[in-house]
Amino acid sequence: MDELYRDYILDHYKNPRNFGELERHDLEWHDHNPLCGDELGVHLVVDEDGRIAELRFHGQGCAISQAAASITSEELIGMRVDEIPDLSADWVMDHLGIDISPTRRKCALLSLKVMRGATGGDASWPVAAERTA
Amino acid sequence: MAVQSTSKPAPAPAPLDVRGDFPILRRQQDGRPIAYLDSAATSQKPRAVIDAMTSYYEYSNANIHRGVYGLAQEATDLFEGARERVARICGAETATTIFAKNATEAINLVASSWGRARLEPGDEVLITEMEHHSNIVPWQLACQATGATLRWLPVSADGELSLDDLDAVLAEGRVRLVGCVHVSNVLGTINPVQEICARARAAGAATLVDGSQAVPQLPVDVAEIGADFYVWTGHKAVGPTGIGVLHSRRELLEEMPPFLGGGDMISHVGFESSTWNELPWKFEAGTSPIAEAVGLGAAIDYLAELGMECVRAHEAWLTQYALERLGEVPGLRVLGPLEVERRGGAISFALEGIHPHDIAEICDREAVCVRAGHHCAQPLMRRLGVPATARASFGVYNEREDVDRLVGALESARSVFGL
Repeated sequence: MDELYRDYILDHYKNPRNFGELERHDLEWHDHNPLCGDELGVHLVVDEDGRIAELRFHGQGCAISQAAASITSEELIGMRVDEIPDLSADWVMDHLGIDISPTRRKCALLSLKVMRGATGGDASWPVAAERTA
Repeated sequence: MAVQSTSKPAPAPAPLDVRGDFPILRRQQDGRPIAYLDSAATSQKPRAVIDAMTSYYEYSNANIHRGVYGLAQEATDLFEGARERVARICGAETATTIFAKNATEAINLVASSWGRARLEPGDEVLITEMEHHSNIVPWQLACQATGATLRWLPVSADGELSLDDLDAVLAEGRVRLVGCVHVSNVLGTINPVQEICARARAAGAATLVDGSQAVPQLPVDVAEIGADFYVWTGHKAVGPTGIGVLHSRRELLEEMPPFLGGGDMISHVGFESSTWNELPWKFEAGTSPIAEAVGLGAAIDYLAELGMECVRAHEAWLTQYALERLGEVPGLRVLGPLEVERRGGAISFALEGIHPHDIAEICDREAVCVRAGHHCAQPLMRRLGVPATARASFGVYNEREDVDRLVGALESARSVFGL
């Protein structure tokens, strides 16, 4: 099996979960990766307890950025909106479960950047701790 | 040479066989030599260029101009000698050949000095949709500063410009400058810049041609092209980073205010004001990139020795082969002209089901260096309807085997993605 393009990564790339748009939404954000032109937006519906009830990502990108958005989307639904700005780059990396080289780190972190932006957090690039294989 | 299908005739011999001149290409990555297919981003450097720069620092280093001692004169002669040869290979005059940091700085020089002095509200700057960001952003800044308007000349689905479209915009009578890339870094398109400059001139517009991809692979004669400003960069033309070139006309340069102020660009400095040095030094403030000029001179000598006709033949030979081989890859679409006569050696492509970033990643595993992204041409990407492309681009040192390895890596990518 490929170390980077594992079956579940390719599955999320080819069949991304929670992708599309929500006509009625409470929060939204859109951003891009200037290095490669990848784009990602998000629509969020928030319930009365302040939790994410519905989430849809939309945009286009490489297997890593699409899979990161798809995989984390399943975790994000049900989370409190005020928890999102504190989610770390490592949180994304742990869910991705693959070693990401420095050249691809922004691909993996675009969805977190967009989520932080949508929830009033720091919308600059998340910094990942140096990870060793 | 990799083993080809036995049913094919033996390929024509390579016009050039110079891979051995480039030390970096001996480097191995995971036991394989590098297939370097990113020369449109930057070229590799021949031993002659590296040696010339090392020799300059080891034997001839001193600051240029004004030095009385012999070493300073030797450095000055090396620097100005490089300028003479750079001018000669491009059919330009030495005094109107100005060194800048790169092509981007050369365009900023024109947009800032010429643009801010000449542009007024109501004027238009016309650039094409296939420009590199370097020939877009300086004009956006100049237009914002002067109240002029930036207009775009469209690119067709085939990746070409229409002279009829150009004529239509010029006929409106407001265009003061036409900016056009000579050879596209994305599509490979060779634009009819001589014709574009003639039509612009007839309409009273100045012209700037970005030759960054042209000088490394085509015979270029700036006098014949007739551009008011022709810019290019050293590091894509087997020369070092940190040096670019602006060729222009004396009457324009003499009228233009200086770009940067400082040492070397002045004639006299008073308490209130100063007067400017003669051309070309009026536009070269501060200590110049001397070693880089020496390296660029060596690069130009190297290309001149190969012969630019031969360099072009080699690029066309490889491009033809690459277009054929890439055509065998299922789901691959080449952007830009498909006829080798109308294009240079940069081939952008899309592979169905695999994002360019993932293509480049899997190519890297096989020591094949290709670029993925927007290639500093975001407006063109939008025009082509793609977020990014993968691009393979060739230099004088590439061989058919490099193309074969690219095709092999693309097959690996399709396999990884289950295609």
